Amino acid sequence: MFSNLRSIWIVFLHMFHKRETVLYPEEKAYLPPRWRGRIVLTRDPEGEERCVGCYLCAAVCPVDCISLQATEDEHGRRYPEFFRINFSRCIFCGLCEDACPTDAIQLIPDFEMGEYHRQNLVYEKEDLLIDGQGKVQGYNFYKVAGIDAGVKAKGQGANEDKPVDIKKLMP
Amino acid sequence: MSMTNILIDNVPYAVDGSKNVLAASLSLGLNLPYFCWHPALHSVGACRQCAVLKYKNAEDTKGKIVMACLEPIADHLRISIEAPEARQFRAGNIEALMTNHPHDCPVCDEGGECHLQDMTVMTGHNCRRYEFKKRTHTNQYLGPFVNHEMNRCIQCYRCVRFYKEYAGGKDLDVFASHDDVYFGRHEEGVLESEFSGNLVEVCPTGVFTDKTLKKHFTRKWDLTDAPSICHQCGVGCNIIASERYGSIRRILTRYNGDVNGYFLCDRGRFGYEYVNSPQRILAPAIKGDCALANASPEQAIRQISAIIASGKKMIGIGSPQASLESNFLLQQLVGPAHFYAGIPRAEGKLIRRVITLLKNGKVRTPSLAEVKDFDAVFVIGEDVTNTAPMLALNLRQAAKKGPVELVKAMHIPEWNDAAVKDIVQGTTGLFYIATPHHTALDEIATRTYHAHPDDIARLAYAVAQHINAFSSIAGASSSTADAHSPDAGTTANPDADFEALSKSIAAALLAAKKPLIVSGISLYSEALLDSAASITNALKDQAKDPGLVFIVPEANSIGLVMLSDQFLEDAYEKEEPDEDEKPSQADEDTAILLENDLYERTFKGQTDLFLRRQKNIIVLDSLENATTRQATHLLPAATFAEADGTLINNEGRAQRFYQVHQPDNAVRSSWKWLQELQSAASSEPNVPPSASTHFDSILQSLVREFPELTAITTLAPAAGFREGTQKIPREPHRYSGRTAMHANVNVNEPQPPEDADSALSFTMEGYAGVPPPALTPFYWSPGWNSVQAINKYQIEVGGPLHGGNPGKRLFEPSNIPAAILTPNIPAPFTPTPGEWLVLPLYHIFGSDPLSALSPGIKERIPQPYIALNDSDADKTGILEGHYVEVLLNGQKQRLPVKLHTGLPPGTAGLPKGLAATAGLQFPFSTTINSGNHD
Repeated sequence: MFSNLRSIWIVFLHMFHKRETVLYPEEKAYLPPRWRGRIVLTRDPEGEERCVGCYLCAAVCPVDCISLQATEDEHGRRYPEFFRINFSRCIFCGLCEDACPTDAIQLIPDFEMGEYHRQNLVYEKEDLLIDGQGKVQGYNFYKVAGIDAGVKAKGQGANEDKPVDIKKLMP
Repeated sequence: MSMTNILIDNVPYAVDGSKNVLAASLSLGLNLPYFCWHPALHSVGACRQCAVLKYKNAEDTKGKIVMACLEPIADHLRISIEAPEARQFRAGNIEALMTNHPHDCPVCDEGGECHLQDMTVMTGHNCRRYEFKKRTHTNQYLGPFVNHEMNRCIQCYRCVRFYKEYAGGKDLDVFASHDDVYFGRHEEGVLESEFSGNLVEVCPTGVFTDKTLKKHFTRKWDLTDAPSICHQCGVGCNIIASERYGSIRRILTRYNGDVNGYFLCDRGRFGYEYVNSPQRILAPAIKGDCALANASPEQAIRQISAIIASGKKMIGIGSPQASLESNFLLQQLVGPAHFYAGIPRAEGKLIRRVITLLKNGKVRTPSLAEVKDFDAVFVIGEDVTNTAPMLALNLRQAAKKGPVELVKAMHIPEWNDAAVKDIVQGTTGLFYIATPHHTALDEIATRTYHAHPDDIARLAYAVAQHINAFSSIAGASSSTADAHSPDAGTTANPDADFEALSKSIAAALLAAKKPLIVSGISLYSEALLDSAASITNALKDQAKDPGLVFIVPEANSIGLVMLSDQFLEDAYEKEEPDEDEKPSQADEDTAILLENDLYERTFKGQTDLFLRRQKNIIVLDSLENATTRQATHLLPAATFAEADGTLINNEGRAQRFYQVHQPDNAVRSSWKWLQELQSAASSEPNVPPSASTHFDSILQSLVREFPELTAITTLAPAAGFREGTQKIPREPHRYSGRTAMHANVNVNEPQPPEDADSALSFTMEGYAGVPPPALTPFYWSPGWNSVQAINKYQIEVGGPLHGGNPGKRLFEPSNIPAAILTPNIPAPFTPTPGEWLVLPLYHIFGSDPLSALSPGIKERIPQPYIALNDSDADKTGILEGHYVEVLLNGQKQRLPVKLHTGLPPGTAGLPKGLAATAGLQFPFSTTINSGNHD
């Protein structure tokens, strides 16, 4: 009997406590920048696509929901011809972001992706590409890679010597 | 093979005593990193990666670092792979190699199947401590096949060792010194060697990569692979064909210790692109009022089976490009009397002769791999580099056999590449070539003889007679001296010259341990085949162990002729119409053509006439061509990429190929179409046709009809075969994108296609170990992602595969009657003034019409030309590059002249297989009008 009354009293007191429930969607919860939500493809500081079509995200994806096809422009710069994520399969584990060697694929704090039709959860490259660099600022893979893809000439990279003149006579 | 006991990390092993420590360790399945060593290229010790600790004796605890690839196996040898000093040495070596390696893996085509990646992971190096800048190189354009990215080089020298020393290439070399060394051409340009594509597999990293793959790049783990057989010539090299998103992405070598080993020619490797051609026929079509209109498969089957069921007689024309099964089902459908092998009679008779000589001869035909073990070679009438490229590569190795045997006698192991090379000094063994013109192999020949095919046959017969005559002389050894002096008998008298040459060849063949005779049907001369066989018979009578190789033109030439002895002309002549114009009312009014462009085979007029007589022309083919445009009913047939089947190569080796993927259109194997037609035509109307029979049951009925082909049922495990309970997956376990690749069409994933015809599955699920060799779709082993994983599939490195090399030989010499050979020596060729005898000239790129449709190959195809004898041209005042008018099959064609080809007087040469020369039947006589020289 006493315990019942005590319970009623405690519940009564809660009427004067601060409310825990967030009134979503009118009120948004704070999500930290590293929160693993919707996947985006970012661009390098020059505004070009960062994705080089290396297939590592697709390979590491535990539910195999990423598929792409790499292609090249006339300078030899590799980029995805198509890049498709089936978000109806995605488990937002973030392994693709970890695997990405160019910081192109990033998970952002956005989870509002509800759809009435599963088909609408298939995102193509146009849906995934954003206009900024995302969480990683200032990185352009083609400036540190060895190949010449129209971004820097051979030997012009930060960590590169000039190309060897193979006909020089000095040892 | 002597077994020697050694200790590796204090574990006793018995290994092959003739090997080195690296080869032995890898054969034992131990993981020892290496770069410069290659089972076919042997050891040079250039990369310093395979370091192990070698102990003096059982008590030694210190040991010393040695390179495993240069350390011979000795009795009681005690080494350590796992000793900390050895591990540290190897890790340090990789770290040094990686100081200049660029940050390229994400955009490098080798990534994911890179030997350098594998070895780096194996040694544990993961962070670049070197703080200075990276050395860089500029790249070169190397042609349509191979991409060059020199920054990635780790200076292992494998490329030049393969290209220059193994394949005889001239235009790839090493430049500069120390860590600046550069592997490339002296200037940018197309790599000339016919085997340049092997650089892609030989290079342990991404310096040389496949340019055709680069255009539609896919990682190894994303490819659906199948064990296949190359369809681009008669040799039957084993290949791995790979698919992604419905298109074929690349061809890799599938190791077969009896056939092509580690290598492929460029036609085989890069000629696959026709499979993805926009000219592919993807849907059935039926001729309406004027043009072909697409139809559904059911509609096409219904219409065609109604024609078949109407009871009118039909004829079927098979193809040497199609599998045994497809040809057989067509034969069953139309009846053996109405089935014709789809090749001209002249060619068919020669192939029949080849089969007779292989089956009833005295001499065994060696496999492609065995060719390397012969120490004297006589090539009779074949431009091997262009008619059977991989045979040419192995003949180059045979040319080294003689000198290397001498080195072995000095107790230097064959695998010690640098030492062997120092002693051999580039000399080649006994190698004789008799062809109508210069060939690429001439450079390694002891002597060459360029003459008309009849004169070549006369030379070969003369050699046979000399060999027979030698038996009466005491011994052959006394006369070997002049075999080594090429100038012997160079007199003004051509007859004496001819005599001396034939004598020296005979002496050389007798002096050799294992002489090899190579001939073939490319010059359409039966005398060449017979003369080649008479030489080997004579050698056999001298108690020699000769080999006899015949080259046939197409992937299934032998198989087709084994099914039928009726040829195209037989079909054409069967029902000659009364008047040319009026379609014949004969009871044969339907022709079924199987994967065969008749306009490539016979004169246009002749083909037109034949096709005009047919009311219904039912064509099964994969690509649009002149014949498919004449079809009334067209069915989309599969290429090798979408079909299962069996082929018989020039050796008489039956080999199975498997479909790579299930296309999402109406394309299917010809034998599946024929089977559906058969069952639809024989079943009652309104009753659904009985369930189609599977591949294995076709094989069963095939061998019932042709008992001599019984071995083809044992080529590979049957469709019901399981490893444990599992099928063999065509896809690696890391295949990606399964839930996204079809999501643009429908987010609900389709059920993966099932393969009822083989023990392979179209998925990544299934048996993960080493499958039976005939069913091995790709090579992978934990830690070994590159093609070097093949080590794990071999009993010993460079040896046969676990479970035996796939393929079955159908012919062994029976030695029944010697009477099959009656010497039929042709008269010497004398030119007729004003007339030229036109011989076919073969080109690795161009003479095969299918691969010629591949964009990469297309860049390498020569423009049409006519080759003339230099003195003939001199007389008429024709210069190189002049255009002349040539009468070809009644039509005048203007062609530029090519000189300096070595052709004998009175002959001319035309490239075979080009559009300009389609349908020509070589050899033929024609006139040439020099016209005005502009």
